[in-house]
Amino acid sequence: MTQSGRTFFLRPRDAIGIVILAVLLLVILPLALDNFRLQFVGKYLTYAFVALGLVLCWGYAGILSLGQGVFFGLGGYCMAMYLKLEASSVENTKIQSTPGIPDFMDWNQITSLPWFWEPFRSFGFTTLAVIVVPAIFAFIVGFAMFKRRVGGVYFAIITQALAAILTILIIGQQGYTGGINGITDLRTLHGWDIRTDSAKTVLYFVCVGLLLACILIAYFVKSSKLGRILVAMRDKEDRVRFSGYDVASFKVFVFCLAASLSAIGGAMFTLQVGFMSPSFVGIVPSIEMVIYTAVGGRLSILGAIYGTLLVNWAKTSFSESFPELWLFGLGGLFIAVVLLFPNGIAGLWQTYVAPRLGPLFSDKPKAAVRTAATPPASPSGPVAPAAAE
Amino acid sequence: MFSEYSLSELSSIFMMQGFAGLILFSVFLLMALGLAIIFGQMGVINMAHGEFMILGAYVTYFTSQLFLNYIPSLFSIYFFIAMILAFFAAGALGMAVEWLMIRRLYKRPLDTLLATWGLSLILQQFYRSVFGPREVGVELPSWMMGSLPVTEVVEVQINGLFVMGLTIAITVAVALLMYKSSWGKQVRAVVQNRVMAGAVGINTEKVDRYTFGLGCGIAGVAGSAFTMIGSTGPTSGQLYIVDTFLVVVFGGAQSLLGTIASAFTISQAQSTMEFFLSGSMAKVLTLLGVVIILMLRPQGLFVIKVRR
Repeated sequence: MTQSGRTFFLRPRDAIGIVILAVLLLVILPLALDNFRLQFVGKYLTYAFVALGLVLCWGYAGILSLGQGVFFGLGGYCMAMYLKLEASSVENTKIQSTPGIPDFMDWNQITSLPWFWEPFRSFGFTTLAVIVVPAIFAFIVGFAMFKRRVGGVYFAIITQALAAILTILIIGQQGYTGGINGITDLRTLHGWDIRTDSAKTVLYFVCVGLLLACILIAYFVKSSKLGRILVAMRDKEDRVRFSGYDVASFKVFVFCLAASLSAIGGAMFTLQVGFMSPSFVGIVPSIEMVIYTAVGGRLSILGAIYGTLLVNWAKTSFSESFPELWLFGLGGLFIAVVLLFPNGIAGLWQTYVAPRLGPLFSDKPKAAVRTAATPPASPSGPVAPAAAE
Repeated sequence: MFSEYSLSELSSIFMMQGFAGLILFSVFLLMALGLAIIFGQMGVINMAHGEFMILGAYVTYFTSQLFLNYIPSLFSIYFFIAMILAFFAAGALGMAVEWLMIRRLYKRPLDTLLATWGLSLILQQFYRSVFGPREVGVELPSWMMGSLPVTEVVEVQINGLFVMGLTIAITVAVALLMYKSSWGKQVRAVVQNRVMAGAVGINTEKVDRYTFGLGCGIAGVAGSAFTMIGSTGPTSGQLYIVDTFLVVVFGGAQSLLGTIASAFTISQAQSTMEFFLSGSMAKVLTLLGVVIILMLRPQGLFVIKVRR
């Protein structure tokens, strides 16, 4: 991208895009939709955090993680543990044989709170844990693998296995995690009832606010020197390494960042939907999150948000009216996106719409055309150029 | 955890769990063989592999129904015919998929993953719409039922033994095909250096298509064998796909011997631990062990040198 006319980290074109998104989410949708539908949008937006992480991690750095559900789940479970402890006060649970512990523990004959639940009584710790626990986990995985130069396909398979492991573990350890039902029946946050409509509306706006903040972070990372190194690494890893950069550290960083973003989404999901279960952790949700990113455009931060909204909206309306057709639709979407438009909606936008709107934007439209015209082979990571040699 | 059992009990437990592990080993190996060919040789991540297997299982089920209703006199040998049909059905579908989809994606391995995942969703829904959501099981011919006593407490099922024998036969056939036939030589040449292989006159596109078809065909046979020991539903294939990928990666993607060794290790570890721990913990520990070993040794157990 050109440096022209840019002192701030946002190009004018990006700034306009963010403002349009903000107006859409903060003004138009709340006015146009009833409460019920708005809560759906709020739920979809929590997946958008994951998609945002994947744009950085997969689109820019070429690291495809099929285990983003793990981080979404970790964030969500951290929040759910805090809310569950608040909901299981001694008064609320006096009919149990051990009052003061979550109901599912009581059903599983556990008589005292496990040690790792204990810190989640504090809201401060929980907020920190939502961001830090997934990042630490991602650091361990990323450090072990990127230092040994494991990438591409192998990384995808191993992260997928991690998603499977965590799901099996959560389901198996019913007494500690709530098992397959997850952690349900969450009521209050600091005494504030999160189940009412007004609370849900407030949470929606909090979610949008956090998402916009995360988008700004993503743009900041993208426009920084770090972002350029990530792209360089994706396209020619060896040259970046020979130039003296520690490739692995950059990869670890972006993977941790994506993990934290996903976890924030997970925590917001728990708050808005009111439960967390292993069905948002496993392989299937993790891959679905990748498809949101792919549909939106793996190279476009804003595209991923629209992609998430669009796929989820289609999923909800399809599965309401034709439940059998939905899987055909989703499967077809996967294939079509990969085969026909690998840069997703954002790619279509940049190829067909943006040039016509060119005069409206102060940024040079030619730059947009050039990025869209780069061959689709580039996002597939370091394997592709190596195979072509 | 061993203290509450006596020594003779322990040896019986290990034998029984070892045998159960061998059946799991057969399933893993049959699935992993097809995948090792597709992923190891071609670098394509076929997430729909489980669905190709299920196609084989459905073919077997319908063949068994056909024999039961029209030619019951030949029912005892239906399985062999079903197996051949399953191979060709899955193989033909595989070649069609390769032609329509995969061949456009050879330079983008991560995208094959997404596209084949889409394919697997479509196939699952197709099975559900056409064959119904309920799981189906085949009726075993009489000679395959019952069990053989080994010691006083240990018995082995005949169908399990049969599946194991079948696995060995298929593995040997694949090994012969890959390492002794001229076609196998072409496949290996394409893997090791695609450009040179093309330059010496090997039709690499044709080799790719048949390799993919062969991998899917073996998955179909695996599905056929799978009906002997379990029932088949539209989503049964998905249960095994992650394990199978780990088996292939753990063994070293290009090595047939590695695939066998890793399928054996993983299945035995899982089955032995299952007796002492809960099933889910056994699985968690096995998978976690494999993942940790892979982090320390990313190239897998056995490696052959490949020029990319």
